[in-house]
Amino acid sequence: MKESLGTTGLILNEPLLWEKGKKGRSGFSLPRRDVESCPLAPELTGEGPDFPDLSEVDVVRHYTRLSQWNFGVDTGMYPLGSCTMKYSPKTNETQAGRPGFTGAHPLLPAGLCQGILRMMFELELYLAEITGMDAATLQPAAGAHGELAGMLLIHGFHRKKGNKRSKIIVPDTAHGTNPASVALCGYRPVPVKSNEQGILSVEAIFDVMDDDTAGIMITNPNTLGLFEENSRKIAEVIHGRGGLVYCDGANMNAVMGVVKMGAIGVDVMHLNLHKTFSTPHGGGGPGSGPVCVKKHLEPFLPVPRVVEENGRYVLSDDYPESIGKLQAFHGSVGVIIKAYSYIRSMGPENLKKASQLAVLNANYIKERLKGVLHLAYDRPCMHECVFSDKHQIDDHITTLDMAKRLMDYGFHPPTVYFPLVVDGAIMMEPTETESKEELDQYIEALKAIVNEAKDDPNLLHGAPNKCKVKRLDETLAARKPCLAG
Amino acid sequence: MHYLPHTAEDIESMLQAVGVEHLDDLFSTVPEDCRLQEGLDLPEALTEWELDEHMAALSNEMAVSPEYRVFMGAGSYEHFIPASVSYLLNRSEFVTSYTPYQPEMSQGTLQAIYEYQTLVARLLGMEVATASHYDGATALAESLLMAVRITGQRKVAVSSLIHPLYRRVVKTYFEPTGYEVLELPYLNTGLTDLSGLDEMDGLAAVAVQSPNFFGCIEDLKAVGEKAHDKDALFVSSFTEALAYGLLINPGSSGADIVCGEGQSLGIPRSFGGPALGMLATGKKYMRKLPGRLVGQTKDLDGKRGFVLTLATREQHIRREKATSNICTNNSLCALAAAMYMASVGGSGIRELALLNHDKAEYLKAQLKKEGFTIPFDSPTFNEFVVEFPPGFEATYARLLKKNTVPGLSLAPYYPELANHYLLCVTETRSKEDMDALVREVRS
Amino acid sequence: MKEIDELNLPDDIRYAEDHEWARLEGNKVTVGLDDYAQDQLGDIVFVELPRVGDTFKQSEEFTTVESVKAVCECYLPVGGEIIAVNSELEESPELMNESPYDKGWMVEVNPTDPSEMESLMTNVQCLEKLKGAK
Repeated sequence: MKESLGTTGLILNEPLLWEKGKKGRSGFSLPRRDVESCPLAPELTGEGPDFPDLSEVDVVRHYTRLSQWNFGVDTGMYPLGSCTMKYSPKTNETQAGRPGFTGAHPLLPAGLCQGILRMMFELELYLAEITGMDAATLQPAAGAHGELAGMLLIHGFHRKKGNKRSKIIVPDTAHGTNPASVALCGYRPVPVKSNEQGILSVEAIFDVMDDDTAGIMITNPNTLGLFEENSRKIAEVIHGRGGLVYCDGANMNAVMGVVKMGAIGVDVMHLNLHKTFSTPHGGGGPGSGPVCVKKHLEPFLPVPRVVEENGRYVLSDDYPESIGKLQAFHGSVGVIIKAYSYIRSMGPENLKKASQLAVLNANYIKERLKGVLHLAYDRPCMHECVFSDKHQIDDHITTLDMAKRLMDYGFHPPTVYFPLVVDGAIMMEPTETESKEELDQYIEALKAIVNEAKDDPNLLHGAPNKCKVKRLDETLAARKPCLAG
Repeated sequence: MHYLPHTAEDIESMLQAVGVEHLDDLFSTVPEDCRLQEGLDLPEALTEWELDEHMAALSNEMAVSPEYRVFMGAGSYEHFIPASVSYLLNRSEFVTSYTPYQPEMSQGTLQAIYEYQTLVARLLGMEVATASHYDGATALAESLLMAVRITGQRKVAVSSLIHPLYRRVVKTYFEPTGYEVLELPYLNTGLTDLSGLDEMDGLAAVAVQSPNFFGCIEDLKAVGEKAHDKDALFVSSFTEALAYGLLINPGSSGADIVCGEGQSLGIPRSFGGPALGMLATGKKYMRKLPGRLVGQTKDLDGKRGFVLTLATREQHIRREKATSNICTNNSLCALAAAMYMASVGGSGIRELALLNHDKAEYLKAQLKKEGFTIPFDSPTFNEFVVEFPPGFEATYARLLKKNTVPGLSLAPYYPELANHYLLCVTETRSKEDMDALVREVRS
Repeated sequence: MKEIDELNLPDDIRYAEDHEWARLEGNKVTVGLDDYAQDQLGDIVFVELPRVGDTFKQSEEFTTVESVKAVCECYLPVGGEIIAVNSELEESPELMNESPYDKGWMVEVNPTDPSEMESLMTNVQCLEKLKGAK
């Protein structure tokens, strides 16, 4: 086995911001005062916030040290299932950082912002093409925001038809955001179980679909990393009773250029630009969750929409049936530019290749680890595969222990305890940007950990050992919440 | 393609390990009638250098500083951002990590967000703040839904001087829920008219914005008292976070929930996004908060560390009963704001806020001197409304050609305010810029 | 987690299907979560108690109990009015783990119909059911 990636470099301690600094220091070049001072009524003025005063060097060292306690895709493999932590190309950052984009006011007259409007218009077309849909909106700020937009579109559609429907079908493998988005839109989620193969059966849907059900939310490929093979027939059942099909496209990265969701019965879907289209996740966002729709839902899309008029682009509010607005302005434009830049860099063939290699990488891991860890569903997977701690239970080793130990080997752990349908789930998504050598080393690390589980379980219970901190007490944090210093 | 590391040989041996012959065979579980037969109709791949050229051309078609002088705020503000903030924010350990689900490997993000929550709580005078929301508008919508959850009431009263686009977002969120949004009109002083509240019952919240959309500073104490008289929560919104470097904060004026936009704190405008939704409240409501929270704890050795906490409020655990559907938020924007607040510091933010106020007052006085009407006489921070003479559209168009954007026309949002414009002056506008603007609008 | 034979299920109280326990003393019923439930939940971090004076029917949800990564809805084993809540749980929810039948009690109820106690399981029945499920 190769030498382990995990090691302990010199990591520096760093106090909290307000534990350092001194009154009188400053980390900011105060702009010139070229006007007279003009006092404001004292009853309106406050004391000013109690911020520490730090020098620029203080601030730079503070955040540099903090950054070194973090692990990103640029540091190493980050196989967090369902989160698609693929490499984020650096040119995307350069493009989004151009001053013409970063400095643009969102309410500029259209004539003064043609560059961004054109980019947005084209990206909508690209996303519609990739998904096989007819139109798109870039306004939703993240995947869950896209789900909400989708539910609002479905709600708008049924309202116009004069149907008051109250339920949405949500499979048990769904992300938690799905039922939460359904509820936020005033619908009641109706759970449906996946079958023994880990996918939805037509019969199960047939049994719950009725005239009070507005539609279904279906993640495809699903969170077990499996393609919903019956999706076409399921769509027929839903449409047959007047419902609509929403596709959670969080896993679209598996099937670009392979499946067009619009061609298999999907009416509306969202994409996560921060997953499929390589924009970085920033330690928790910003993301971007565009929504693509078929013609019959287009009138309900949020406003304003970018419209082309004789080669010029304008923003139009003229959509009386629109659901309204999801954000004050036009969405996460800084993120949108990166996705646009990615699609232009990749072109159609490489997008398809990316999906193929993502699926190849996941199947390779699945095959090489299936004798080592318990594989929840032994069938060909898409972009991710789900194992569990079933073989380790007798050694009193849990998924969490193995995940923590993986850190010591220099890998970010996979997603754990999700999806809920697999007890002790370990969900691995390598993405297409990991090379065979990386995968091999990751596989060897997991094999070593499984052996340690038998020979020296304390190594796992005490893990991680090489991070900035040891295992953290989440119970204490929740029992005695301390959310501000 | 240089983002894809696989050689032909790698692919070959991996396919063998998987037990299939071709890449296409990996998709055997996708039924034949679901598979795409033709290729995607997208433009061919560009090289990095071709992309540079293409994007530079698009970027050059945008009206931005320093070539353009934009006197427009209205929820998106031009402020100087120190190079140190932009530089630090680009550190890839921050940029390329995910939500800190594994705290031992994410202490950088976690401590930084804990510090952010603390600084925001101090800025707004509240006890706890969330890790971030999408923008000020969605933070307002989530705050109002939170008030509905806490009080069990189904109506909210919202000032007509809250940013019109924020109110549209609230309307969108509320539309399918059956909860009602009532609007409070405005007075000719430029402040919210609270008298209508007397007639309203069963309110979950009373919401105002300060400085409001006309730039005027609301009497938050009075709003709070009135809201509490009606057993409603007082929700205080804002679009210009920098104002609280100078103004009395909403927390000490009795606000129960404070929400707004943090873009002013070190985040480029980027055509409106990504932005930074801020949301803060008191400890007694912390378990009702939507969104992520970072808390302090200890590790096995007793050392200080940070984790995501109170997760049982959230969708991944409580599913349809969660306090919100939010998952990915705007963490990196929160980090930028924290870096900015740390750089400017307590002394600096006050100086900077004063400078914004004083510059806006200068322009206001110059315009007044030239005979233009300032219709609302309440004190303002860095934005104010001017009434120009009828036919000002022609002047506006002429100024655009001269690379100046003289504010935002209010007529599309308030039809009764024809010829009224909302002007904004921050520290980035010099006295010369303002004098030039006055000369131009006069002629 | 505990093996079934490690569970402490006292014989002076009755058990509901969802592992709430009920102890009838005079005219009041004390309610808590049993050893099995607290063990399954793990470290309890928060209890949202009802208000004194609230009334619930038998098997109606009266509170939620939270661990770090789970939420458990609790159903009142006998219907009636809440006459006392264990406010110590607000500061020290761990009492429900450490002392499920004593210091970790949740509420006291003035039962509408004390005979509802008869519909609950004895400790022997509860144990049998757990074994059956296993």
